Amino acid sequence: MTEKIIIAGSGGQGIMLLGKVIAETAMRENKFVTWLPAYGAEVRGGAAHCAVIISDTEIGSPLIDKADTLIAMNALSIIKFQNRIKNKGLLILNSSLIHQFKKAKVDILECPCTEIAEGLGNNKVANMVALGAYLAKKTVIPIRAAQEAINEMAPADKKALVEINIKALQEGAKSANG
Amino acid sequence: MKKKILMTGNEAVAQGAIDAGCTFYAGYPITPQNELTAYMAVHMPGKPGIFIQAESELAAINMVYGASAAGARAMTSSSSPGISLKQEGISYIAGAELPAVIVNVMRAGPGLGNITPAQSDYFQATRGGGHGDYHLIVLAPASVQEAYDQMFLSFDLADKYRAPVMVLGDGMLGQMMEPLQLSAVSFQPSAENKKPWALTGCAGRSPNVIKSFYMDTNELEKFNLNLQKKYALIRQKEQRWEEIFLKDAKTIIVAYGSMARIARSAVHALRGKGKKVGLIRPITLWPFPEKAFTKHLTSNTRYLAVEMSYGQMLEDVQLAVGKAKVDFLGRAGGGVPSEEDIIRRVNG
Repeated sequence: MTEKIIIAGSGGQGIMLLGKVIAETAMRENKFVTWLPAYGAEVRGGAAHCAVIISDTEIGSPLIDKADTLIAMNALSIIKFQNRIKNKGLLILNSSLIHQFKKAKVDILECPCTEIAEGLGNNKVANMVALGAYLAKKTVIPIRAAQEAINEMAPADKKALVEINIKALQEGAKSANG
Repeated sequence: MKKKILMTGNEAVAQGAIDAGCTFYAGYPITPQNELTAYMAVHMPGKPGIFIQAESELAAINMVYGASAAGARAMTSSSSPGISLKQEGISYIAGAELPAVIVNVMRAGPGLGNITPAQSDYFQATRGGGHGDYHLIVLAPASVQEAYDQMFLSFDLADKYRAPVMVLGDGMLGQMMEPLQLSAVSFQPSAENKKPWALTGCAGRSPNVIKSFYMDTNELEKFNLNLQKKYALIRQKEQRWEEIFLKDAKTIIVAYGSMARIARSAVHALRGKGKKVGLIRPITLWPFPEKAFTKHLTSNTRYLAVEMSYGQMLEDVQLAVGKAKVDFLGRAGGGVPSEEDIIRRVNG
């Protein structure tokens, strides 16, 4: 099993963190994993993306040409990365910010990540909503392990935010399961 | 066994240095290696370690020069343009026969360039870089784990040969995260790794002298000849490499660092299609692992040097294989040869 994921959105949407939670969870599940950020002169509001590869065997290149999954959190990221999805690959699409996108030969899962996050009281957890939707759709790593990872990754002074992040994860999964 | 942790290459180098007994770090910020400096700033002080954000790259390398003369396991880190600035100090450290570790997380050049990955400092690293007939021992990690592990090796080699060691990474390796297994044992100062030559105060003993300045011509030539003897010994003893599928390989790809990871993916893909392809991954760039090539040298083996630069490592491959055919695939300035590029070249 090798799963190549590109996560894209804008700076401030927690794109890097979303990738790190996937990577941390995969590590805990004894998978090989690489996490590679786009590390240009990134700024809040600018474009941001990272590449995560999960595998049962040693990973060579951490770069992704064609992704098994693209998680697109804003409209710009769709323009930039729509051609980087593999034939029959998965597209998790933040339908709160991306409207009426269609693409042949791609499995599209629309999830109103930002609206669900706002409903929970903090639009910053839209990334965890997307993660929940992704893990409900593709069982590469168990959602329970992701919850544990979130809990342990949270620094001591941010433990209060664990609950809403896990709630977001669950809501995302619920949304994907329709 | 300790739990695995997820770390960037930059952080792994820093933690590796600390676990390898580094007690002095001086550096000046530059991307894409700032996480290394930042990690040192948090974790060095009081370990017992000293962290100094120097006023310049020149100051940092000269602080390392001084700390090393006083017996510390000392290091600095920077990225390409910053490493260029340090060359005078590095030459002095080599000339004074002091151990030190210099980490270069390469970025694309020339000039200020940008922070995309590149391997364009290969010549600078392996040919000395500064003035005078000297070499650095150069290690090239290809994973976060290896970046960590090589810090132990680099400090050990530096002490053993009283020579500066360079760890040559790139922005991709510095920025990427992978699971890392920390060492269960950290470096402990012992009688074995004592430094009787260090400037520790000469009460009760005759003074030690550390210098790279020789007024007398004969004396300087003699010193140089001794240095050359040391380099010959290092050449003989310290060549390191990894080899994959060489036994029946008709084409042998040569690549190091991040580039070797991409080459490895290509090799596995090609083997899956029945192509007889192998990989030599130099782990030491100086000394270049010539032994890997002489061991497998046959008249009809074809080599393919792949690098994120325009034919720098290629020259060492050519020297190592003599008359065998060496093809070349390289991009620089942030361009990275892809798995598909390599596969096309092997098939073509």
